Amino acid sequence: MARMSLDTETIPDTAPPKGRAFLSLFKALGRGWLRDRSQVFFTILLPLMFMVLLSSVFGSTGDSASRILAVGDVPVLEGADADDFDVASAPDLDKALALLREGEADAAVVQDGDTVLVYPSPTSSTSGAIAAGNLSALVDDVNVEVLSAAAPGEPVLRTEVEEADGGSLRPIQYLAPGILAWGIAISGVFGAAGTIVDWKRDKLLRRLRLTPASVSTFLGAKVSVNLVVAIAQTAVFLAVAALGFGLELSAWTWFAAPLVLLGTLAFLAIGVVIGGIAKTSPGAAGLSNLVTMPMAFISGAFFPLALSPEWVQTLSYLSPMRYLNEALQSVVVYGEPPTAVLPQIGFLAVFAAVVALISWKTFKFDEL
Amino acid sequence: MDAAIEVADLRKTYRGRRTGEVRAVDGVSFRVERGEFFGILGPNGAGKTTTLEIVEGLRRPDSGTVRLLGRSPWPHSPELTGRVGVQLQASAFFEFLSAEEQIETFAELYGASKTRGAEMLELVGLAEHANVRCEKLSGGQQQRLSIACALVGDPELVFLDEPTAALDPQARRNLWDLMRAINAEGRTVVLTTHYMEEAEALCDRVAIMDAGKIRAVDSPAGFVKGLDAPTRVTVAAGQLTGERIDELAAGEAVSADETTVVFETRDPRKLLTALASDGALEGLAVRTANLEDVFLHVTGREWRA
Repeated sequence: MARMSLDTETIPDTAPPKGRAFLSLFKALGRGWLRDRSQVFFTILLPLMFMVLLSSVFGSTGDSASRILAVGDVPVLEGADADDFDVASAPDLDKALALLREGEADAAVVQDGDTVLVYPSPTSSTSGAIAAGNLSALVDDVNVEVLSAAAPGEPVLRTEVEEADGGSLRPIQYLAPGILAWGIAISGVFGAAGTIVDWKRDKLLRRLRLTPASVSTFLGAKVSVNLVVAIAQTAVFLAVAALGFGLELSAWTWFAAPLVLLGTLAFLAIGVVIGGIAKTSPGAAGLSNLVTMPMAFISGAFFPLALSPEWVQTLSYLSPMRYLNEALQSVVVYGEPPTAVLPQIGFLAVFAAVVALISWKTFKFDEL
Repeated sequence: MDAAIEVADLRKTYRGRRTGEVRAVDGVSFRVERGEFFGILGPNGAGKTTTLEIVEGLRRPDSGTVRLLGRSPWPHSPELTGRVGVQLQASAFFEFLSAEEQIETFAELYGASKTRGAEMLELVGLAEHANVRCEKLSGGQQQRLSIACALVGDPELVFLDEPTAALDPQARRNLWDLMRAINAEGRTVVLTTHYMEEAEALCDRVAIMDAGKIRAVDSPAGFVKGLDAPTRVTVAAGQLTGERIDELAAGEAVSADETTVVFETRDPRKLLTALASDGALEGLAVRTANLEDVFLHVTGREWRA
């Protein structure tokens, strides 16, 4: 046998080239990822479910006509446009108010001679206010017609409502970058934290340290799998958003790729810190939630930051999700060139570097 | 030629918040020759695994030196790790991969061929489970796969850390055959175990470890011989008269109750011949001293595996 004659110190070169070790580790870890249904669910399906949910919630108001209950005879509604008003009649005011309380209509209207009395919905104040606004606009239109007929040639002022961004900024345009940023954040944080806890349990890293492949090759392969996953996640998400929900993609959309990669690095670093602290998988999941939930709420991903209180707006500058969201929105939705998002890129890069440094310094490699 | 392993005066102390200072390894030295089957035997918590982890290069000792195949295991070098195979206590596998994919990945990491991976699965008897996911394998199958991963790089030196712990007796015997075969191929094998009979059955030499120290190193037979303990011969009661019992005991210790008579003799051949000629062999049991007695003798404590 060959090994019996090993008395001369000839050391066989058993170490595989780095590239080959990287590829086999990448393949092994990638396969493992694809077969882990919970990972696939969290990364791909959960953000899509959020998009369906949020776009239906935000999309339901605004488009539809105000539902009006006409009590008795209401002549002013005769000139109403059917696109703006969906008119039903009620026998008396009490009955109409009862229906309003149940949310069956947005406003009730009574006309007493020259006076139009509007009762907006108490249950849904937003749609009630919209209905009331629509009704007074209708009354104004009627008045203008009357005045113009009485004094022809006298100029009258008119308002025309024009939607911002040419009407293209529908809810999906606002929501899609936010949900994508959130999806990237949770798959990065939860993925890294869970993986570290798994390694603590099954000692895989320990075993790999004793192979000729280096630990850095292994970690590189693991991070690469996560980066490829993030790109795939982004492609699937944007494709579904564009084809299924009418998201209009700008010419700069491809620049979402480097943004998502940078974001993933930052979120992986957060996950490594959490994985270093947590002892069990439920612990890691809980801590990840504790970090990602506030991060998402103060990022402006789900509702505009301008609507939030001052202190939330201040805190939001600390959330990496804010910068990823802003950058994605700029390039994907508004079609701004990458130079416009340089500040966001700079913050994400600094954030990723700082957290990676913290995780490196606090991590107890002995536990792996 | 260098020894397979040379360890000199290893020390490692853990400082826990609640446990205080624990001297896990307290001045351990030993030497393992090439081709030897070396066992480290001791109860749980004796410091076996920490010693092994230091020798493998997973942990750094507070002081002391380790030479593996003539080199230091620290810092890690692919030249050395490529010649050493390791099976750790926890089965460290890539999640969601089949046995075959697992061994192939390890084969690639060691720069070995795909066929070598398949051969190793065959060797450990997992060829028909090649497509089963690792987490679905039984405990014994996982241990064997983990040993296959340790062997795939064709190592000169193999470390096995309690490979038979938590296995049923049949699975344990199967693994013994496998370990013997690995050693018979010329590989040096270092085994830790807390099973006396395992060390006796497999090892050329055994180090008895307790409380962070190696108490004695010898071959199992050498240990027992050095103990100079009597052989206990038991037969069923009612075959011998009280007089004859005293005569056969010839001044050595004997005890009798309603069911058995137990002789403790230093000349078992003579006693057994006499019992045979008396036709008094019913219920015969002969028990020579074993490593359990050695442990008691060496540490002054009863074995508590």
